[in-house]
Amino acid sequence: MKLYEHEAKSIAQKFSLPVPKGFVVSTPQEAKDAFDRLGKPSMLKSQVLVAGRKKAGGIRLVSTSEEAYSISKELFGMKIHGEPVGKILVEEAVAAMRELYVGVTVNRSVGCYTVLASTEGGIDIEEVASESPERVVRLDVDPIAGLRDYEARIVGRRLGLSGKQLIDLAVTISKIFRIGMTYDCELVESNPLLETKEGGFIAADFRVLIDDNSLWRHQEFQERIRRRDGEFTQIELRAREKGLSYVELDGDIGVIGNGAGLVMATLDMINYYGGRAANFCDAGAGGATAERIEAAFEIVLSNRRTKALFINILAGITRCDDVARGIVSTKKRIGMDVPIVIRMVGTNEEEGRRILEEAGISFLESMEKGAREVVARSRG
Amino acid sequence: MAVLVGENTKVLVQGITGSQGEFHTKLMLEYGTKIVAGTSPGKGGASICGVPVYDTVAEAAEAHKVDASIVFVPAPFAKDAALEAIGSGISPVVIITEGIPIRDTMEIRAVAHERKIHLIGPNTPGIIAPDECKLGIMPAHVFSKGKVGLVSRSGTLTYEIAAALTNSGLGETTCVGIGGDPIVGLGFIDFLELFAADEETKAVVLIGEIGGNAEENAAEYIKATAYPKPVAAYVAGRTAPPGRRMGHAGAIISGRTGTAASKIEALRGAGVHVAEKPTDVARVLSSLVGK
Repeated sequence: MKLYEHEAKSIAQKFSLPVPKGFVVSTPQEAKDAFDRLGKPSMLKSQVLVAGRKKAGGIRLVSTSEEAYSISKELFGMKIHGEPVGKILVEEAVAAMRELYVGVTVNRSVGCYTVLASTEGGIDIEEVASESPERVVRLDVDPIAGLRDYEARIVGRRLGLSGKQLIDLAVTISKIFRIGMTYDCELVESNPLLETKEGGFIAADFRVLIDDNSLWRHQEFQERIRRRDGEFTQIELRAREKGLSYVELDGDIGVIGNGAGLVMATLDMINYYGGRAANFCDAGAGGATAERIEAAFEIVLSNRRTKALFINILAGITRCDDVARGIVSTKKRIGMDVPIVIRMVGTNEEEGRRILEEAGISFLESMEKGAREVVARSRG
Repeated sequence: MAVLVGENTKVLVQGITGSQGEFHTKLMLEYGTKIVAGTSPGKGGASICGVPVYDTVAEAAEAHKVDASIVFVPAPFAKDAALEAIGSGISPVVIITEGIPIRDTMEIRAVAHERKIHLIGPNTPGIIAPDECKLGIMPAHVFSKGKVGLVSRSGTLTYEIAAALTNSGLGETTCVGIGGDPIVGLGFIDFLELFAADEETKAVVLIGEIGGNAEENAAEYIKATAYPKPVAAYVAGRTAPPGRRMGHAGAIISGRTGTAASKIEALRGAGVHVAEKPTDVARVLSSLVGK
């Protein structure tokens, strides 16, 4: 789960990681009042979850309260990469000696957290990393021991820091790492991390992405989980509630499958035979039950572009009889006005087939035939 | 010979009293897997499908010779269960459970590595040596004893491709899902090594998908070691939308790897035969190794 910048920064404050002084506002009048309270040039930062908001014009510097009002009004009317701006963080502009980058993320290939740090932070950090990888210091952290303080100092030394600056940066890195561990983060990142004239470090931006699989042990986010509209569309949220993973695409064939790999291969095969998927719904997580299949139907068919539907089930932990019951009951309940191609094999296959046959529903055994068939049916 | 499991493997089922644990214990027993014990804290003394249930792995391992464990324990308790098996020195440990927090998996993986325990998963269908031992949740009938070693990141695609290998008459020595989570235990390279050393395995199938760089690393390994057996591959996700970005850090770590195109290019560059469709894998292999 992605947190908004202002949410991430309130976590930073709990860990006494310095952030600029600021207020979250929802109207231009509130923005103006916030500016007046800060009493100096301030940043208006659109609170959206998509990346690249600065390059898209979602962050603006204002010097007067009139500007705070008019520019925030402009921002509230904006969509950044499709995401509307509902809140703005009005924050004091901090004079910086230089911009650093510090991030902690999951390193899949090594199987640990990796600390990344650079003295060349800012929006071009990715280019810095790809063109001059030596300018980004990396440190893999032992999953059992965690980040030791001396390791944070090693990172600081490798960035060329010394004296009080070195100690301050090491403490900052340790705090960022501790936030990552406390909240089971897939990512914690400050970019830029500003080095102030006084020599301290301030997280001018702060991003936190929490591992969805860990949310059960973070009761403090139970309320927040229900408001993930910045991250997902309404229909995606409805699918998640039912334990389905749903993604909208731009073609006209609906796809229901079980298991991410099979669903992706199904999309690839539809494409291979000249069709395009309208969406896909993976009903597989933890086994596709009859209820999940019913919910998947409803969600996939709610996309009006869907001209034909392909159900591709290869049952392992899923049971074909459950899937068949879901298909039969959906047919009874909502009817099926688009052509449906069913391919179903695997655990409890015999029983599943018997249920479909009794209901007069036909099915195929081969995924290749199914893909060809559904592409043909989508063309009427 | 199969790799890691075989007809004499004595199996412990952790979480045997749960609905998935019990259901698949029954199916594994029907397949002929030698399940000697189960665990379920607080339910010691019970019996599931004739298998004695213990409160702790230590008691089960004392009463029986245990060679492998399969974990069906729900995500909040899965780390503890896996560490319990690893602590008893059982290897391999197969974690079927989905939805385990990444940080828990990191810890399990690190401890397994330290103790030199073979960890498979989490979020895996398991491992099967056809006709010998099924240590997982895969539908049994798609597999048949033969000469291909199959290693995959996807569960259902494994069944798809194994069924085609079976129908083509090639059959399999061992099929294993390494798990669909970002971090898993044994990976492609570990199984490529095991298959290289297994005499009965004449060819290897590698099934990848978008995300991460496991396929690129496997390609590098195949190239660097002049891998001694033919390898065919399929990579799912050519037309899937790109996954969510994980901040700058994700981009810095993965660089240009992760897309289907990058993986296919790397594998082809290493001499791997990459199939256009999953259904083509068996055809490609038939021409490489004959029947």
